[in-house]
Amino acid sequence: MLLYVARRLVSMVPVLLGISFITFALVTFAPGDAIRIMLGSETANVENVERMRRELGLDLPWYQQYVRYMTGVVQGNLGTSIVSRQPVAAQIAQRFPNTLVLTVSSMVVALGIAVPLGVLAAAKHHRVADYGAMTFAMIGVAMPNFWLGLVLLIVFGLELRWLPIRGIGSLDDGLWAYARHLILPAATLGTSLAALLTRLTRNTMLDVLGQDYVRTARAKGLRSGRVLYHHALRNALLPIVTTAGLQFGALLGGAIIVETIFSLPGLGLLSINAIRARDLPVMQGAVLVFAVCFMLVTLLTDLVYAAINPRIRYG
Amino acid sequence: MAESTLGPPHAASDSASRSRRSRVLDAYLRNRLAVVGSIVLVVLVGGALLAPWISPHDPLTMNLVNAYAPPGSEGHLLGTDNFGRDILSRLMHGARISLFIGLVVVSIAASIGTVLGLLAGYLGGWVDDLIMRAVEIFYAFPFLVLAIAVIAVFGPSIFNVMWVLGLVSWPLYARLVRAQVLALRSIEYVEAARASGMGALRVMFRHVLPNTLTPVVVAATFGIPEAILASAALGFLGMGVQPPTPEWGVMISEGKDFIRRAPYLITWPGVAIMLVVLGFNFVGDGLRDALDPRTQRKE
Repeated sequence: MLLYVARRLVSMVPVLLGISFITFALVTFAPGDAIRIMLGSETANVENVERMRRELGLDLPWYQQYVRYMTGVVQGNLGTSIVSRQPVAAQIAQRFPNTLVLTVSSMVVALGIAVPLGVLAAAKHHRVADYGAMTFAMIGVAMPNFWLGLVLLIVFGLELRWLPIRGIGSLDDGLWAYARHLILPAATLGTSLAALLTRLTRNTMLDVLGQDYVRTARAKGLRSGRVLYHHALRNALLPIVTTAGLQFGALLGGAIIVETIFSLPGLGLLSINAIRARDLPVMQGAVLVFAVCFMLVTLLTDLVYAAINPRIRYG
Repeated sequence: MAESTLGPPHAASDSASRSRRSRVLDAYLRNRLAVVGSIVLVVLVGGALLAPWISPHDPLTMNLVNAYAPPGSEGHLLGTDNFGRDILSRLMHGARISLFIGLVVVSIAASIGTVLGLLAGYLGGWVDDLIMRAVEIFYAFPFLVLAIAVIAVFGPSIFNVMWVLGLVSWPLYARLVRAQVLALRSIEYVEAARASGMGALRVMFRHVLPNTLTPVVVAATFGIPEAILASAALGFLGMGVQPPTPEWGVMISEGKDFIRRAPYLITWPGVAIMLVVLGFNFVGDGLRDALDPRTQRKE
């Protein structure tokens, strides 16, 4: 197992290099001139362009720029924002926890809906509950999250006025004040994953329930609830956990949309605002952090998979 | 459905391939959701193709006197928007854009992915290493994040949306094709072709490629709605197709400022997106189950 972990960590190195090169290349090899993109047409006179080019080191050949960029990244230096003149890393560090809380709560929402609903659907195969769960699964996947977000915002925020629709609460005001702000965004972001996982849970459970040891457990007279949760679900969890982990990237991408709708100051809103303000260093840093974060979650998923799957021994 | 996608053309006789085809069709038609999905898609594609001739109004013509006409108003079945533009007409023209984007994105992604997957699987060695590394790197980016970043640099336009979404979604197809090729490489007829002195390229494209296409077709069917959802999300963020083009995501984005006054401005495009995604997903499920004799239906 230890050897497997080590090997996985080593195999991450080329991927990390690739990720950093792509984020670097995005800005460096941009068509036209990154500086003109950043300055906009109004302020892009020759003098400004040249000054900024020197400031950013963009007058060097690209491989020197990459070395400079990587040296900075390794030391936690992601450059300086063109708009706020603040270090990019500090801005990201300030916003990142909000995105993490949002995506993790969405994951909790998704699993909290999908597992019970999928188990129920499998237990009531071809009955009303099954069809209900499958209808949710089909519609949930088809629903664009930005649309769902707006609908929830209208219904629960504007009409019923039950929940706040923008910003984020402070933990100083108590847990509820903080959690209130997260309910709508997390529900918006978690729904399509919940739908996907409901279908997966149901189908995996149906497979498992058809196997001999489950029939044995039933035959020896165990209550069906115990068979479902104790015998069947435990064996169905592996694909559910794996898929949930691999879908974390979709949550990170969706966070951009959800944070924009609910003005939630996370990494997604930071990148969108950076793009609108043509602040490429901030965008570059945010993209890098998004990708590294997703890569770490994928690694974690692999390790969990290896740890809980008794049939696989690495090393 | 091209004949070459259904079964090994060199292994099966004519009558055998015909009976397989009818079995696949039978299995497909027995799947009720797949039939519903097909009907939905036929209606949507028909509406999209014929939009210039059958849409009741011009999608861009404003008529401020008649803004916010509620659904069911005379001449405006689904109402009009804040500029008095007919929503049904805009949806129909939007369908053209969304379906076109979906098709182009999937064509780009599937072409790149198939060729690279074929090369990786068949040639192996450093070519395989290189291509699979690239796949890993692309997979490490959250899909939408990478798309948004590239578009931020190249600027939002329908053309950029298409190639960017195509470029970031090829790895799935590469993986699928590579896995198929690895399984096929040692099968007799491929070995026979190789032993008879055929060049690697010829063996790959004549004998291996046709037999990898089934999973590609299925993946492409699911890829279209994904591309449509992604392009709508980009449009919504202002990073995709630009107004006043009646793309569905753009319509939702424009409508969101008037949601209290006219919630149907965002309702209809949302429903349209859902219908098209559901249609493709149903068809994709049906195709997958019908083409794979091993899957048992669980619906």
